[in-house]
Amino acid sequence: MIAAAVTALLSHWRRQPGQLATLILGLALATGLWSAVQAINAEARASYARAAAQLGGDAGPVLKARDGTLRLADYVALRRAGWQVSPVLEGRMRLGRETLRLVGVDGMSWPSMPGQGMTLAPADVLLPPGRLFANPETVARIGAEADLPPRIETTGLPDGVVLTDIGTAERLLNRPGALSRLLVLPDQPEGLPPLAEVAPALELTDRGRQSDAARLTDSFHLNLTAFGLLSFAVGLFIVHGTAGLAFEQRRAMFRTLRALGLPARTLTLLILTELLVLALLAGLLGLVLGYLVAAALLPDVAATLRGLYGAPVDGGLTLRPAWIASGLGMAVGGALLAGAQGVLRVARMPILSAPGLLAWSGASARARRLMALGGPALILGGLGALWLVGGLAGGFLLLGGLLLGAALLLPPLLGALLALGQTRARSVIAEWLLADLRAQLPGLSLALMALLLALATNIGVGTMVASFRLTFTGWLDQRLASELYVTTATDTEGAQLAAWLAPRADAVLPIRHAETDLAGAPARLYGIADHATYRDNWPLIDADAEVWDRVARGQGVLVNEQLARRAGLWPGAMLDLAPGWRLPVAGVYSDYGNPLGQAIVDLPALLRHNPDVPNRRFGIRIAPDRAAALAEAIRRQFDLPDDAIIEQSRLKAQSLAIFENTFVVTAALNVLTLGVAGFAILTSLLTLWTMRLPHVAPVWALGMTRRALARIEVLRSVVLAGLTALLALPLGLILAKVLLDVINVEAFGWRLPMFLFPLDWLRLFALALLAGALAAALPARRLRHLPPAALLRVFAHER
Amino acid sequence: MLLDIDRVVKRYPGAERAVLDGVSLTLDAGETLALTGESGSGKSTLLHLAGALDTVDGGEIRLDGTAYSALDDAGRAAIRRGPVALVFQQFNLVPSLTVGQNLAFHARLGGRHDPEWVTQLAQRLGLDALLARYPETLSGGQQQRVAIGRAMALRPRLLLADEPTGNLDEATGDAVLTLMLDLVAETGAALLLVTHSERIAARLGRRVHLTSGALR
Ligand SMILES: Nc1ncnc2c1ncn2[C@@H]1O[C@H](COP(=O)(O)OP(=O)(O)O)[C@@H](O)[C@H]1O
Ligand SMILES: [Mg+2]
Repeated sequence: MIAAAVTALLSHWRRQPGQLATLILGLALATGLWSAVQAINAEARASYARAAAQLGGDAGPVLKARDGTLRLADYVALRRAGWQVSPVLEGRMRLGRETLRLVGVDGMSWPSMPGQGMTLAPADVLLPPGRLFANPETVARIGAEADLPPRIETTGLPDGVVLTDIGTAERLLNRPGALSRLLVLPDQPEGLPPLAEVAPALELTDRGRQSDAARLTDSFHLNLTAFGLLSFAVGLFIVHGTAGLAFEQRRAMFRTLRALGLPARTLTLLILTELLVLALLAGLLGLVLGYLVAAALLPDVAATLRGLYGAPVDGGLTLRPAWIASGLGMAVGGALLAGAQGVLRVARMPILSAPGLLAWSGASARARRLMALGGPALILGGLGALWLVGGLAGGFLLLGGLLLGAALLLPPLLGALLALGQTRARSVIAEWLLADLRAQLPGLSLALMALLLALATNIGVGTMVASFRLTFTGWLDQRLASELYVTTATDTEGAQLAAWLAPRADAVLPIRHAETDLAGAPARLYGIADHATYRDNWPLIDADAEVWDRVARGQGVLVNEQLARRAGLWPGAMLDLAPGWRLPVAGVYSDYGNPLGQAIVDLPALLRHNPDVPNRRFGIRIAPDRAAALAEAIRRQFDLPDDAIIEQSRLKAQSLAIFENTFVVTAALNVLTLGVAGFAILTSLLTLWTMRLPHVAPVWALGMTRRALARIEVLRSVVLAGLTALLALPLGLILAKVLLDVINVEAFGWRLPMFLFPLDWLRLFALALLAGALAAALPARRLRHLPPAALLRVFAHER
Repeated sequence: MLLDIDRVVKRYPGAERAVLDGVSLTLDAGETLALTGESGSGKSTLLHLAGALDTVDGGEIRLDGTAYSALDDAGRAAIRRGPVALVFQQFNLVPSLTVGQNLAFHARLGGRHDPEWVTQLAQRLGLDALLARYPETLSGGQQQRVAIGRAMALRPRLLLADEPTGNLDEATGDAVLTLMLDLVAETGAALLLVTHSERIAARLGRRVHLTSGALR
């Protein structure tokens, strides 16, 4: 019995290979896009972690000398006390044609020395002449200098960095016995004596140098994940449609099987098994697709992250078990979700009942009413969730409610628009076209919902990314108003630097800060000089009148947006800066990519309350064309590490490059999602094909050519796509608003202003029309070449 | 002579024998002709050819002297929305249009819409109360009345009808046929009607019988 049932169930797919292909391909596309995004995210994160580990100290805690000179004795004392630390000596030197950053590490204790797995004896690295590790480009730039140790190419290092054993570094830099910092290794024994006892001259710093950039990429990753999820949802619409149709078409077969004595439970189990097998097949195919998409996009992502971190993300992909599991899990979960309705119907199906008149597409008036009511209900539910649950979870619930609700509202809205058009139609063909469109709407609803979601996502995420770029670059311009920023290791060096710079720069602006608590959370309190640089450029988003005069008089404080939002500190509010020191907030400024609270007062005011704040950071004003030369001069004069001097122009160029690459990836995903939606329309049109002829044949018989009908077929699809695109625009903008105003604020603490890009909308509108036309092209071609006999069969009694 | 079917041959792909093998037939303006024959003898095929819905494999069909073989797809479409109207046994109506829209559809497509005439037709066919309904909510007899009304709204010179009452019970069928014959007589159209029924055939001016691909 079960064998017979299985044969019967499978025979359906043999007769409907197209349906089977659609089902599998739909699910595979959904899984593929999802896992592509996952792969890109995972690869990017892993590469960053790898790079950070290899460079060491960029991510982990580091010990530095308070006075800037790290003594060997301190290192020895720490090791004796049981501290697991690894020494680093870093310096800049001319290697071949260029000045490069040489990082010397202790090859024995360094966590991730390159060359592992290479045919290199440790002695080769440790004993003179030693070896230099660098990425291939850097090796090429060093050139064929004879008196340098042999170079070894490794892809694990950023451009411009040369890694070597610390002994080799001492020799090359000519600084025997010198140390720059000590890397605190991850696994420390228990019961260590505190640092203050062993080496009081050292301080522990978590060099969160990259944390700003990391926060910014988090937003990039979030963006990608949202994309992946939405593409997945779009794919599920296809699966839902096809699975529903397959169930509906096999209704009679199910009934026969039940009547022959197959228990409902067994039938349901059989169908579930079938669904699972299909899902696994599709999932595997999807993983292959995802892998291909990710491999194609990864070079761009790699470029993005290389630009961002100066860290290598090699363009290659690694197959991770977790990734495979998550892909298959999504496929199975998605298939169950999309097929649930059908399975439930089968489980509850009475043995004896008239063939269902209610079509799979939900053509009934009841279904339409449900949609018209369910849509607003979901949207209200989302709003309620934001209000009740709040936070990031509330934000995502709002997003989900908005998107699903809008999708449900789409068919009734389109129906209303078409009805309106019908009353306006003048020509008989337009009248028929619109009436016909309305009649076809139920069958196309799912595909159109998919298109709506794809378009809205496009507009939403696109607006977010573009607004982000515009804001961020604008903000960089304001915030990094000085041409150079220099950080010295010690106050003494700072004073020397300031003195040395005085005759060479237009202005030297000390930037000093104290670590403190503001409004109950750790924060930084900055003191700045009263200078036009700030007055003209500082990115204030809210301020009192005469804000700068008040700050300069020591009668006002500026706070960053994060702090303002968290503690409700807007202009006019009072902020306690220290016991007995309380100032009104005079202004709020944007401070992207910084997780901490921050406040700014006049420098003399800060020094009155904190006389010993370090004096190591300076903004330098100089003619932009002389900035690079001055930076090089400072490096030569003061032997500063690479990251001690920030050249504003380079940082800006780098940031722009990052966003360009983000755009490339976003655009590629945009096109893919639209493609999936187009595919959904195509499959719907193909599925509807057999039901289509009775609509077309009478019109053909009454005197229209097949060519004209084929054209109208394309026009139909284009009109639907166009109307959907029109409705997607407001939805996309709302989506963008929620992403920028709710999700971003909750996730990162700052609000981005929204910018509108009508040209992008136009392009997207054109793309939607194109997708509609392409999807209809195949059915239209079929119609165009249909023999008259096939059309005439519609009127034959055997129908 | 309005319609001239001259030694027409029609062969469906894959079939060994020609469905029509040298059939000739003429019809004058205003004449009514019944075409009878067993099931599968090719009556519908002949009607489709006369209506420029399909093309012949041999011979020629002329309408008012215009040879069909000289026409392209667009030319044949123009015949279908001009001088010739067709009523099939069933599924004549455009499902997404209301009865009212269906009634005017053919005439509007042919650019010969006369609202007064359509109103009059609707009245005489007893469709006034149904104008806002959709075809799927109508009975078979009602649907055929709409199809006839739609064809006559065009004021065709030749009406082709393929067992228009074949799906209706006798009383309804007779009533529908009477309406059709009245309208044809009134507008001076010629009628070529395919039927199984001797009784119906007897009500028309002339009759021919089709057997195994040829007229007798
Ligand atoms: N569209 C078609 N394609 C292939 N064969 C057809 C088609 N229409 C009719 N036939 C065949 O041609 C023959 C005549 O059909 P038809 O003209 O419908 O006869 P009638 O109307 O007299 O019953 C039949 O054998 C039928 O099977
Ligand atoms: Mg027939």
